[in-house]
Amino acid sequence: MEKPLTKHIKPDGSQLDLKNYVSEGGYAVLNKVLKKMSPADVIKEIKESNLLGRGGAGFPAGVKWSYIPSDKESEPSRYLVCNADEMEPGSFKDRLLLEQHPHQLVAGMILSAYAIQADKAYIFLRWAYKKSESVLRKAIGEAYDAGYLGKNILNSGFDLDLYVHTSAGRYICGEETALLNSLEGKRAIPRDKPPYPAISGLFGKPTVVNNVETLSNIPHILENGSEWFKSISLTGEGGTKIYGVCGRVKNPGLWELPLGTPMREIIEDYAGGMSNGYKLRGALPGGASTDFIVESQVDVAMDFASLVPLNSRLGTGTIIVLDDKTCPVAFIHNLIKFFALESCGWCTPCREGLPWVEKILRSIEDGNGRERDIGILKFHTVYCGPGHTFCAHAPGAMEPLQSGLKYFHDDFVRHINEKHCPWRS
Amino acid sequence: MLTEEEKEEILEEVKHYPFPSVACLDALKIVQKYRGWINDESVRDIAGLLSISPEQVDSVATFYSRIYRKEVGRHVILVCDGISCMILGYDRVYNHISGRLGICFGETTPDKRFTLLPVSCLGDCDHSPAMMIDNDHYNNLKIENIDHILAKYI
Repeated sequence: MEKPLTKHIKPDGSQLDLKNYVSEGGYAVLNKVLKKMSPADVIKEIKESNLLGRGGAGFPAGVKWSYIPSDKESEPSRYLVCNADEMEPGSFKDRLLLEQHPHQLVAGMILSAYAIQADKAYIFLRWAYKKSESVLRKAIGEAYDAGYLGKNILNSGFDLDLYVHTSAGRYICGEETALLNSLEGKRAIPRDKPPYPAISGLFGKPTVVNNVETLSNIPHILENGSEWFKSISLTGEGGTKIYGVCGRVKNPGLWELPLGTPMREIIEDYAGGMSNGYKLRGALPGGASTDFIVESQVDVAMDFASLVPLNSRLGTGTIIVLDDKTCPVAFIHNLIKFFALESCGWCTPCREGLPWVEKILRSIEDGNGRERDIGILKFHTVYCGPGHTFCAHAPGAMEPLQSGLKYFHDDFVRHINEKHCPWRS
Repeated sequence: MLTEEEKEEILEEVKHYPFPSVACLDALKIVQKYRGWINDESVRDIAGLLSISPEQVDSVATFYSRIYRKEVGRHVILVCDGISCMILGYDRVYNHISGRLGICFGETTPDKRFTLLPVSCLGDCDHSPAMMIDNDHYNNLKIENIDHILAKYI
């Protein structure tokens, strides 16, 4: 089983420094790409690899790049931004790549910036990742000293400056246009689309925003080719995936596995199965904004296409497990409380709807629910859902609620009928 | 008034961007690093330095959860109430700290030593329950170790 992203990561949690990375062949791919391939060749190779965006949406990375105007003369300023915000509850996969393999990301950003002909790049980093910040700053300093960043990289004529920008909180910063506003020093409110960032992004210039894991894959694809990349997954979607599991499992953590590994295998073989005394009831496949799947569905292959028939999404691929001793209403209430708090307040359905949903869920959980509350919740899953809001924040929040109402309907009814939470003593 | 040190650090950030207003959030973080929180005077001073209106600075300062527009204690405790920490029992961590310090979420101890705040996810979901004090992460929290951790912050 090939594990390109993590094969050099040391189990002790230490960082792979420049010397170690270079001795493993890292950065060698820069010589090949910057001197022998044209930016158009690079985009073509990434397109053919079928690398789907690892931030959660699964948009093909090469296609996103191809929207950048190819004529550098007409638009000389353009930017590459790495989305390292990772603020969704239950998501922690990028932390591994940031803390322990920073040069892989830097190399990926150099190659990606070359493909879109950007000479400035930013890493937008989650505020809480203090260790990642120091590791990245050190790695970037090493890369400048070695001539991998700055002017005329490896005598190729290509220039790139790379900066780390640390965030100050707010989940909405992970939405790519809100991220750009935040990076511009403004409130992180999403922008109207179109125009998409590839046409008008950071400071109004063509911009590509890619996730940490997406960018970390780039050096490997350009080194080994798109055919190799497609061959290491279990499905037509290329590559590996950093999967994670949290909740009541024996061994919560992160593992790089072929894309399309079944969820059951990840939970039972890698996360060690459920903790003693706990049974699996359901799971969110990829973070707080993905729909529940239930125990009978956990044989599903964890890739972008396979979760769609179950009305769910791969998202970030970090699985949150719901056990039988955790109240599903309290579980969903916790998620909705988060989304209500993190709404940027720009559009009414999200600003007003999410707090209303939160209050209803809290009253049901506290034993004050009424029969008609379930109908009100269902109404919101439609009117805070896709097509009714400015961005994907509220629709994302509705995903665990709508699937929770379907799969755990009896639990909602029990709360209302018994006038207390059956999980509370 | 901003100190020379604060001004110098802010102007260093300005260099990374095409115009000064972009450094607004960086400026707020730099001032907060030295003073713990952002008061009205700092909002006006940052606005002056970056040639933007105080209202623009305040719109940014009040948006971000990690910029404090009210005075906080010398140390800020952020207890994670995200989903993984909820499943693994963050409420026991909160109850212990709250009982020990005599404050609830959003409050500061009378000696201004600690402010206690909730936070939605620290990215330590594989080591829940988790909390942060200032810039330090603590995870796999056990109730019996919390007093020892708090004692490190004077």
